[in-house]
Amino acid sequence: MYAIACIKQVPDTTQVQIDPVTNTLVRDGIPFIINPYDVHALEESLRMKERHGFRALALSMGPPNAQAALRKALALGVDEAVLLSDRCFGGADTLSTSNVIAAAIAKLAERDEVGIVFCGKQTIDGDTAQVGPGIAVRLGFSQLTLVDRIEQVDFLKKRIRVRRKLEGRYEIVEARLPAMVTVVRELNRPRYPTVPMRLKAARAEVTTWNNSHLNLDVNSIGLKGSPTWVSRIFSPERAQGEIIGDGIGNPDGTARMLVERLIAADMLAV
Amino acid sequence: MTPDPLFFSIILTASLLVFAWSCRRRLSLVAIGSEENRFDDLPLRLWNMFTLAFGQKKVLARPFGLNHFVIFWSFMLLALANGDFLIRGIAPRAGLALLPPAIYHPLLMVFDLVSLLALLASIVAAIRKVVAPPYEGAATREAFAILGAIALLMLAYFGLHGAEIAAGKEPAAAWMPVSALAGQVISLVFHPSLFPLLSSTFWWLHAVLLLGFINFLPYSKHMHVFTAIPNCFMKSLAKPNAQPREQFAEGNTFGVGSIDRFSWKDLFDSFSCTECGRCQLACPAATTGKALNPRGVIHSLKQNLLANGPLMQRQGKGVVPLIGNGEGSVAADAVWSCTTCGACMAACPVMIEHTPKLVKMRRHLVETEAAFPEELLVFFENMEQRSNPWGIAPGERSKWSSQISARPFKAGETEYLFFVGCAGAFDSRSKQVTLAMARILDAAGVSWGILGKEEKCCGDSVRRLGNEFVFDRIAEENVALFNEKGITRVITHCPHCFSTLKNDYRQYGLELRVISHAEFIDGLLREGKLQLNHQVTGAGAVVFHDSCYLGRHNEVYQAPRSVITAATGEAPLELPRNRENAFCCGAGGGRMWMEEHAGSRINLNRVDEALAKNPDTICVSCPYCMTMMEDALKDRQAAGTCVRDIAEIVAEGLRPDV
Ligand code: SF4
Ligand code: SF4
Repeated sequence: MYAIACIKQVPDTTQVQIDPVTNTLVRDGIPFIINPYDVHALEESLRMKERHGFRALALSMGPPNAQAALRKALALGVDEAVLLSDRCFGGADTLSTSNVIAAAIAKLAERDEVGIVFCGKQTIDGDTAQVGPGIAVRLGFSQLTLVDRIEQVDFLKKRIRVRRKLEGRYEIVEARLPAMVTVVRELNRPRYPTVPMRLKAARAEVTTWNNSHLNLDVNSIGLKGSPTWVSRIFSPERAQGEIIGDGIGNPDGTARMLVERLIAADMLAV
Repeated sequence: MTPDPLFFSIILTASLLVFAWSCRRRLSLVAIGSEENRFDDLPLRLWNMFTLAFGQKKVLARPFGLNHFVIFWSFMLLALANGDFLIRGIAPRAGLALLPPAIYHPLLMVFDLVSLLALLASIVAAIRKVVAPPYEGAATREAFAILGAIALLMLAYFGLHGAEIAAGKEPAAAWMPVSALAGQVISLVFHPSLFPLLSSTFWWLHAVLLLGFINFLPYSKHMHVFTAIPNCFMKSLAKPNAQPREQFAEGNTFGVGSIDRFSWKDLFDSFSCTECGRCQLACPAATTGKALNPRGVIHSLKQNLLANGPLMQRQGKGVVPLIGNGEGSVAADAVWSCTTCGACMAACPVMIEHTPKLVKMRRHLVETEAAFPEELLVFFENMEQRSNPWGIAPGERSKWSSQISARPFKAGETEYLFFVGCAGAFDSRSKQVTLAMARILDAAGVSWGILGKEEKCCGDSVRRLGNEFVFDRIAEENVALFNEKGITRVITHCPHCFSTLKNDYRQYGLELRVISHAEFIDGLLREGKLQLNHQVTGAGAVVFHDSCYLGRHNEVYQAPRSVITAATGEAPLELPRNRENAFCCGAGGGRMWMEEHAGSRINLNRVDEALAKNPDTICVSCPYCMTMMEDALKDRQAAGTCVRDIAEIVAEGLRPDV
């Protein structure tokens, strides 16, 4: 039975800048990372493998260089890595992305039963939190979002019980398998790859599927299959800050000055 | 008086055979270690052996060492006397007595007096063990047994010769003042008819003690009698803190996770430990209540080797884990507590190399097990992803220079690369030091440039933390960048960058002339390129704290002191633990990025030592020391004292008169 982790390679956003002319992200020379939430999804699929004997698989859609993210997943211990890469998948919004990923999972289900699909709760570049639920809907899987604890997995009864972390409260939810679980950071502490695993992963096979493998209608994928598109990206205007006092030479005085200013500006009350 | 030569020959041969067998059995275990060359550069090695072993250089570095010096040299000289004794046991007419009296008689005098010295020194050592043991648990039964045996051996020597003298059978009595005294006592106490019996009793006592002693040595810490001298010969000639590279190929093992993965020299070290405890007394971890005790680590390695070695020789696998809890294992906590300060190695009289062993075990934990303290996960990711410990965007690396006009380094146009380092580029406090350095370089008219956004972490912390895989990548990239840019001369103001660029990158074929800011500023001052105004430095009473990576690891002790003297007009106050005995701030070896859960805090220990001097300024030469000292001052609420880097003190003095 598969435990699939959907991971996305995203630009390291702390380093991303916006091109003021084209209103797009400047990605040149910016290193990529695995979306931080997806790292926890990956970790959970590995725990499912270790605890319940699932077959851990990492799945990613993206350009050919997204292989790097999958190699990292292999170094961490997944059994298999599949990259969905095709020019016609490009420019996808969340709808067409979930179409492609759902099709790939359906194809995997022909080989072996799919038990759980883990996704990060959202990506740090898109911040929509829609792809995971989109996959669940398209596949008819149970949809468990914002999970911070897997309470129980019961194979015989084909049930899963999880805890969802919501604003100010927790919710324990039980659902049938197969399930799609989106995870928050509190779920687990990701592992670190060992060197032997890294070396092995460096030459391991990453399966790549394009649309000839998935046979999707080109109007349902990529830019064409995307009813939404980004028309402009910009940084909010921000007033110039001000350096006050001398924090090194006179830390106490400067702190006092700062507090006084905050009180005066009514941002702090005594 | 002497026994039947044939009978004694049998005894002697038997005990020498047993001794040889014991030594072989123990030392052959060393062979399970991996290969390492410790026989290059013979002249230097002989010199090391001469000064360190025979000169007892390190032994004498601590006050009580004089006592050991006496015992050591007594043993050296008495080895001759004892050899003579054994030879005469099997061939009564042979031995030193055949020498012309002009040589033999003075020799007898030497033996006599030296035996007295050895007797006294062993008594003094025993008293010390009772009254003021160097560390808790130092007064072991074994230690007393050995000291007692030495004392008895000397007494037997005097008894033997005293009885001969009393019987009037020793023609050279006049040359043996102490034995003559013993002879007088014997003639007063015993009837002359008992003299032959006494003489042979003492002879046998001497023989049994001597052979027993020799045979006991291989099974005790006194094995060092045989191993310490070669250990000094085999001391690392490179910087032991620049651990050897690893080869990253599939099928290789990484780091040391079992005793046979250590090098044979690492294993030999464990047989050389004298259990003097000097390493532990100098260790910032051991003295502040951490799980680490460098003496204990070396002892555990020996225990582990003794338990696993024979099994490994036979079936290739041991039973006692190397890293773990219990006898013969080193606790993972201990492995992580090390600051790689090198105080243990500097203190060890027999040149045992503790730090590399700890780093090798860290390598195993990180690279093979991926088991390390939680905090390090983010740190490792930051280093790999953004090549700086904080994980700040690399694009912000040159922000510190936004207010000044720093040039990029260009071979041919700029003479020196100023390697700013991560702390100097990202840490707000350290940026002040970087700016101070820039002012100094400009004031002296130095031609310098920076790498700006192209600079990456030198990799010091990852290497000391055992993440050699990531270090290797960082080093390869940096070396390629340095080569591409034609960089040959580098100024650093972080001792960790300094040591790494200077000592570690050499392993990658990059020979740089790396100059620490302390040395560089010192040079500028000597050449008269900086005019300083003492009145404006305003540092007050300055106490200097040595950085381990500048001081102990690279032996730069005087330059920062000269700089302070030049900048303030007065030599800095010295801390009780200074130079090679300096106490770490607690941040080296990657400890900067880890929590300090156990015991008391290392930086508080050090800052208390400094505050006892009532300084206005604690002067440092390292960004980590800066952080640790400032944090500790805040904790101690010592508002009247501040921390300054040497560069800041100098830069202050550059100001025109106010
Ligand atoms: S290097 Fe420093 S911290 Fe590590 S064992 Fe030696 S003395 Fe202790
Ligand atoms: S390792 Fe060196 S300093 Fe430490 S106890 Fe042994 S001999 Fe002494």
